Amino acid sequence: MIDKKDVEYAAGLAQLKLDEEEKEKYTEQIGEILNYVDKLSELDTDDVVPTAYTVPMKNVLRKDEVKESLPREKSLANAPDEKDGHFRAPKIMSD
Amino acid sequence: MNIYDLTIHELKEKIAAGELTPAEIKKAYSDRINEVEDRVKSYITIIDELAGDELADYENKKEGLLAGIPIAVKDNMSTDGIKTSCASKMLENYKPPYNATVVEKLNEAGAVIMGKTNMDEFAMGSSTENSAFFVTHNPWNLNHAPGGSSGGSAAAVAAGECAAALGSDTGGSIRQPASYCGVVGLKPTYGMVSRYGLVAFASSLDQIGPITKDVEDSAILMNVIAGHDPQDSTSIAGKKEDYTKYLKEDVSGMKIGIPEEYFNLEFDEEVKASVLAAVEKLKEAGAEVETVHMTDASYALAAYYVIAPAEASSNLARYDGVRYGLRSEQAADVSEMFTNTRHEGFGDEVKRRIMIGTYALSSGYYDAYYLKAQKVRTLIKDDFDRIFNDFDLILTPTAPSTAIELESKSDPLEMYHTDIFTVPVNIAGVPAMSVPCGFDSNEMPIGLQLIGPHFGEGKIIQAAYTLEKLLNINEKRAEL
Repeated sequence: MIDKKDVEYAAGLAQLKLDEEEKEKYTEQIGEILNYVDKLSELDTDDVVPTAYTVPMKNVLRKDEVKESLPREKSLANAPDEKDGHFRAPKIMSD
Repeated sequence: MNIYDLTIHELKEKIAAGELTPAEIKKAYSDRINEVEDRVKSYITIIDELAGDELADYENKKEGLLAGIPIAVKDNMSTDGIKTSCASKMLENYKPPYNATVVEKLNEAGAVIMGKTNMDEFAMGSSTENSAFFVTHNPWNLNHAPGGSSGGSAAAVAAGECAAALGSDTGGSIRQPASYCGVVGLKPTYGMVSRYGLVAFASSLDQIGPITKDVEDSAILMNVIAGHDPQDSTSIAGKKEDYTKYLKEDVSGMKIGIPEEYFNLEFDEEVKASVLAAVEKLKEAGAEVETVHMTDASYALAAYYVIAPAEASSNLARYDGVRYGLRSEQAADVSEMFTNTRHEGFGDEVKRRIMIGTYALSSGYYDAYYLKAQKVRTLIKDDFDRIFNDFDLILTPTAPSTAIELESKSDPLEMYHTDIFTVPVNIAGVPAMSVPCGFDSNEMPIGLQLIGPHFGEGKIIQAAYTLEKLLNINEKRAEL
């Protein structure tokens, strides 16, 4: 089934930090859930087309016209840190 | 009846007849909130004199469908300048710079928005116990949950803290709390109501819908919120109707299917008895009721617990501490900022679902999990389509029990099971309504679910309205 390594892997991909206790707990709980989900393999889906959306729509487009967009101050209004009209965050590239 | 017990249509009649003014109505509801809120705790934010005095604007909006009517909005729907937290520490101080389309529509209709209601964090849960802030209590018995994830909205309606409310439904989050709280909850056909401004959980499943004291109010609210929105590319054009024209007491010749596989699942006997008694009433009124065969609902639940977390893992990737919401204090470098912010900002259930979703989408597992679930989704949707070729509606209980006790389900899977009857509906994208059909021996409300074909809200409303008149329990209110 699922083991701690899988949980660590998923947490890594999802940018989630987990402590040891959480890793144990989630391994057990997620294991149970995936166990339940396994029943999907009981159904024959060989020639079935997957459904992404239940509404019959494709390629919803609009004309390439410039419209009003959110003004800068509003976009920055919830910024944890901002400077000179930009969002500011810790350095990404190391020296 | 107290003013706070009245329905939207009753309030409108009284306003039109000059018996009540919007100011008196707002005061009655505000007083009611003051009276019961410390016991029910439906609201995260109560809008008093805060943003926008809709009453001042009343003269301009008098013709609006909801002019002067107090409405509550679930706290995952964006309200410009007003905290929208999704009951999460991640968005505890977040104030959207825009209104959700449904909120704009409420405003245009002249509604008085009373506040933002409590919910399970990011709409993930079935009891509102996953709120990062506090738990909401069921007005019928304060030791019981109101259901979830729209528990705050359902409780507010049941407690008379608003005339009606908006909720959102991804796997049952309008219908199940409506059932637990003895009110009417409708999940429209996927695409009927704009999701613009609804904080996304699972984009192919989420829908906003009305939670109301009766079926007529549900039709009125649908008239306000339904319709195409160019800002939501998954919203559908050309299908909106006047839902109030279906408020007729007539089910003669309506063909209603009772899925044997659903009723054969193990669930509360009193719920079963109450639902079947309501079925008899519909038969007596002329409906043609037959047993039908459908795929076991547990396959839909299994597909849901792959698809919803998968979509959630993608939708919640945006919470990274950069542009809005929480940013951890321990953010020495970018990586720490991401992982610490998400560790501190998200609760257990949210983390669990993000991880399941991430895993199900990851390389090596995508085919076995996500793709498989999408194929099963086709089977389930086809199943519903097949039944609706011959039947007008499908009828099931809304939930396998009445409102669970608070703190009674510690196992996530057990909690997921409370959505067994509601989830298949979201998977298929069809509309469904929960309508109260009785009470159990502890006086707790029981809900019945009417499922319709795509765009079949009209048939649902007509059958539900008829049933409501036959059962005549819709005026009963929780004693607080």
